[in-house]
Amino acid sequence: MTGQPDQEWGAECTSRGASLGPAILALFLLSPSFSTRALAAGDSVSADMEPYYEWTVKNLAITTPIGGRRGNAARGRLLSTERKKGNCIACHALPIPEAEFPGEIGPPLMGVGKRLSEGEIRLRIVDAKQVNPATIMPGYYRNPKYLKNVKKKFRGKTLLTAQEIEDLVAYLVTLK
Amino acid sequence: MLATTALVSLSWVHAIEPKSGYQWLSEEAREMQDDEFANPGYLVVDTGRDYFKKAGDNGKSCASCHGNDGEELNAKSIAMFPKFDEQAQRPITLQGRIHACSREHLGNAPMKYDGKKAIALETFVRNLAKGERVNVNTVGPIAPFVRKGKAYFETRRGQMDMACAHCHVYYVGVRLRAQILSKGQLNGFPTFRLANQRVNGTHSRFRQCENLLRSRYGKAGADEYVNLELYMMSRGNGLKIETPAVRY
Repeated sequence: MTGQPDQEWGAECTSRGASLGPAILALFLLSPSFSTRALAAGDSVSADMEPYYEWTVKNLAITTPIGGRRGNAARGRLLSTERKKGNCIACHALPIPEAEFPGEIGPPLMGVGKRLSEGEIRLRIVDAKQVNPATIMPGYYRNPKYLKNVKKKFRGKTLLTAQEIEDLVAYLVTLK
Repeated sequence: MLATTALVSLSWVHAIEPKSGYQWLSEEAREMQDDEFANPGYLVVDTGRDYFKKAGDNGKSCASCHGNDGEELNAKSIAMFPKFDEQAQRPITLQGRIHACSREHLGNAPMKYDGKKAIALETFVRNLAKGERVNVNTVGPIAPFVRKGKAYFETRRGQMDMACAHCHVYYVGVRLRAQILSKGQLNGFPTFRLANQRVNGTHSRFRQCENLLRSRYGKAGADEYVNLELYMMSRGNGLKIETPAVRY
């Protein structure tokens, strides 16, 4: 994928993406004990990028903070409505009155800190497909290796950085 | 028991029944579309009519064969595009047909796919079939191409890792922030988008969507987009053509 000259695909494009069916099946098979260890840090590192930190799922939760970062709830609150960042508000209702017209695709996040543990929240942000393989929700810290047909600008990158993931987790656990 | 069965089957019909994006427009946007003087798409229809009458390099114009205002064109036939092109043994879109005609019969230099001139001509021609019902054939030699288009529609792509189907099948009518997700029908194309204030071809619209998914995207006119247009247009079989529609 890195050898592509520009972001436009050529005739080879469609054979590259798998259709939904096999992807769902593959994820079902991989899901419960899925580990990214085999494709660990260093795979997708370039000079200007932070490394990709591995994470492991246990009992549908990621209990260890990504990259050992410490989250900041105030920053997470900002990220949750920032269009080019978390943008949770596009699909989820949040207790943020100044953010109008929240989306209704995902469940409202009011009280999510009561319903889910910190580790469960982290997994759902990092890779919601571990919970529901058919979900529309993007994996915000999925190994970029698994992504197909990514625009050049975003190739090899996760949607959010490890710090941003932890900021969001820190914010969402406060929603009791 | 009977009532439950009826309810279940009704909701199933609801799920597969095509729905024009018109249904999710605000009152103002609907009025804009319905009023030929307020709808900016009609300016492009007029431009298209001018091109239609303009002689090409060998002295002929579209109008020489198809009538001064396209009255020799068959609206029912326009509503059947994309069709299977027997000669090329692959599907051809309405715009693709216009490109071929312009090249072969008028001797013109190739136009840019989804370029200003091609869009104007396509908008004018499809507008002739306004009110006609979309009627795309999906069986016979065209069937494998419909399947390819469907596979594209259902394939996750880009950094967001979503397929077209995620929004336009599973979350139809649901709000993504302030915007309501439509069924992704093409019966209004080429369509005036309030978002970019111009008339957009289907392939340009595909590119805009894929860009939002942070995905690589193809050139307008690419085979993948022809197949996708074919599949998506066929999903809307039975809808009335609204070209030029107004959409968000």
